[in-house]
Amino acid sequence: MTLGRFVVCWLIAAAALVLEGCAVAPGSTRGDPLESMNRAVFSFNETIDAEVLKPAATSYQIIVPEFVRTSIENFFNNFNDGWSAINQLLQAKPAAALEMGLKFGVNTVFGFGGFVDVAGAGIERRSEDFGQTLGRWGLGPGPYLVLPLLGPSTLRDTVSLAADWKAIPEAFVERGGERWALATVHVISVRAGLLSATRALDEIALDKYSLIRDGYLARRRNQIYDGNPPDEPEADDSSDATEAAPPK
Amino acid sequence: MFRRVLLGLVLCAAQAFAQAEVAPDAFVMQLSSEIIDAVKSDQQIQSGDVARIRVLVDNKIVPNVNLQRMVVKSVGPQWRTATPDQQKRLTEEFKTYLINTYSGALTQVKDQSIKLRPVRTGANPNEVVIGTDVVGKGDPIQLDYRLEKAGDTWKIFDFNVLGLWATDSFRSQFARDLSAGGIDALIDRLTEKNKAIAGSKG
Repeated sequence: MTLGRFVVCWLIAAAALVLEGCAVAPGSTRGDPLESMNRAVFSFNETIDAEVLKPAATSYQIIVPEFVRTSIENFFNNFNDGWSAINQLLQAKPAAALEMGLKFGVNTVFGFGGFVDVAGAGIERRSEDFGQTLGRWGLGPGPYLVLPLLGPSTLRDTVSLAADWKAIPEAFVERGGERWALATVHVISVRAGLLSATRALDEIALDKYSLIRDGYLARRRNQIYDGNPPDEPEADDSSDATEAAPPK
Repeated sequence: MFRRVLLGLVLCAAQAFAQAEVAPDAFVMQLSSEIIDAVKSDQQIQSGDVARIRVLVDNKIVPNVNLQRMVVKSVGPQWRTATPDQQKRLTEEFKTYLINTYSGALTQVKDQSIKLRPVRTGANPNEVVIGTDVVGKGDPIQLDYRLEKAGDTWKIFDFNVLGLWATDSFRSQFARDLSAGGIDALIDRLTEKNKAIAGSKG
């Protein structure tokens, strides 16, 4: 079963569940009607992370010298930048598209195929993916989904993966061993980059699942509106204080 | 004796200066810069002494926070069902938890700087949202503050990281313990969590 078909099957299953019970299920939170299923997948992911991913990423961080890790990170980020430029065009953001396109071009040509971030801080990175593009076009996120191994997502973002995956280095490599090797390096590189952040998260979270979900959904909304999301009505402070209107 | 007079004069002068009104964005920039500079320049903090960060946060940030409003917002409607003693304990544990959370974030500070985003004034002159970006090696991290007017200066009653408001996140996380065992369950959970955090890094 190819990855693509796997995603589609998962989508159909999720869609079936969504259509079955769209109303907020008792005990679940708004925006997360599939909470009990999501929590189960989350547990599974946490186990895999603790047993496989985190140890691998930790070893990677210890064994591989920093400049090599940075080069690998740059390589994958560079592909991302190219895809961001395309998405910015699709979102009618020509100035941003030009900048990201330039960053991609400079790094690919002068940065040995992306391994060196020549453009660096000179051109600020503004990442865009197909999920953000769909959001920009007005498609709502749909229910929150925790994907096996891949982690937090939404129905819209999961569907966009099909497009996003066409633009990663793995897509340009022969199917089979090579592709899986590249994907493994990709995953471990990303995981290693998140090690200290996840350590901090583990420490402070009272309910890790909720924190990751709320963080993911807020972040996506933020990314789609490029840091200026329309203000949502604030929840009640207390019975005494009258809630002040949020600033425009 | 002469020293005491001098000190008195200096304090009077300082008081006079303190009467000047502070703009909300200036307030945020000053506080942020103070904290970041303190973290960057302190050798012990840079080598991982989290206890020192907690002291820093307690001394510099907590006085500028409307803790009462934050804890009420984070607990939600069930706050009203708590007894005064429960509220007191809950506020104490929440304060410790907040310090631990913020300190954890500050351990990530190495060479970042703060950039202010354009201020958007709203309908209410006594409340404002100030947006900043923490700029470093990676992507800039958005860090916003909700401020309420407090005399000549401002107090923070909520903060937002990468789009997520802290009180929203707390409310969502606290909900599980609240529905399982009410206010006492939440207090116990927070106490336990604070002990665990203190124990792990010391």
